[in-house]
Amino acid sequence: MIVRQLADELDLTVFAMDDPDRETAGGYCGDLLSWVMGRAVAGGAWLTIMSNVNVAAVAALADVACVILTEGVQPDPALLDKARLQGVNLLGTAMPTYACAGKLHGLIG
Amino acid sequence: MNGDDRIHLSYQVEGGDLTRAGEASSGVKQTLRKLGIDPGTIRRVSVCMYEGEINMVIHANGGLAMVDVGLDDITITLTDYGPGIPDIDKAMQAGWSTAADSVRDLGFGAGMGLPNMKKYSDEMKIKSIVGVGTTVTMVVKIPS
Repeated sequence: MIVRQLADELDLTVFAMDDPDRETAGGYCGDLLSWVMGRAVAGGAWLTIMSNVNVAAVAALADVACVILTEGVQPDPALLDKARLQGVNLLGTAMPTYACAGKLHGLIG
Repeated sequence: MNGDDRIHLSYQVEGGDLTRAGEASSGVKQTLRKLGIDPGTIRRVSVCMYEGEINMVIHANGGLAMVDVGLDDITITLTDYGPGIPDIDKAMQAGWSTAADSVRDLGFGAGMGLPNMKKYSDEMKIKSIVGVGTTVTMVVKIPS
């Protein structure tokens, strides 16, 4: 499923979506950035409550398809800028991480 | 690029400012893309380099990152003039970290940096002298 479809299916807030046609499969939930660097799958969705600027760098370098800020977390302005600059798909939801991950699993495994 | 030619990249990594960490890694990623390196190799190099960059920013007030791209491998050399690592075996243990609380609040300092660098490189060497600095060399092989 591509990121744009995923955003529609889960009714996600779009903070930045420079690459809406990116295929996404699988995912990872985590807030410790080095754990995410080590464990996130390339092309997956990354669910986190971290909202600082480093999230954009981790997402780009770990090559995830999109970041979903869960639990209603809003991106810091610096993160928003960086996500747009680096072409990171940055989405958001009021859903708790667990609920969002459950729905994602049903959609993209 | 023929068999003997290698491309050399170098970046100055500024210390102290975690908001700018990743600039060198992003630069390398872009260059590797332009060179047509496969995405899996780019990702491995990116993880290794970013973790090293973060370490230099947090612990060593910055340093120099050099990346050497060949046909068969990419070698990353990170040199700093920070405090050095007194016990490298301990530093390599997953979960062990000396990072400050302010760093942990940002999601770093979980003690996974060096283990990630080892996991995603094919070879990794650390040379460190306390009070002088640290050099980390990582080799990522390019699949043929």
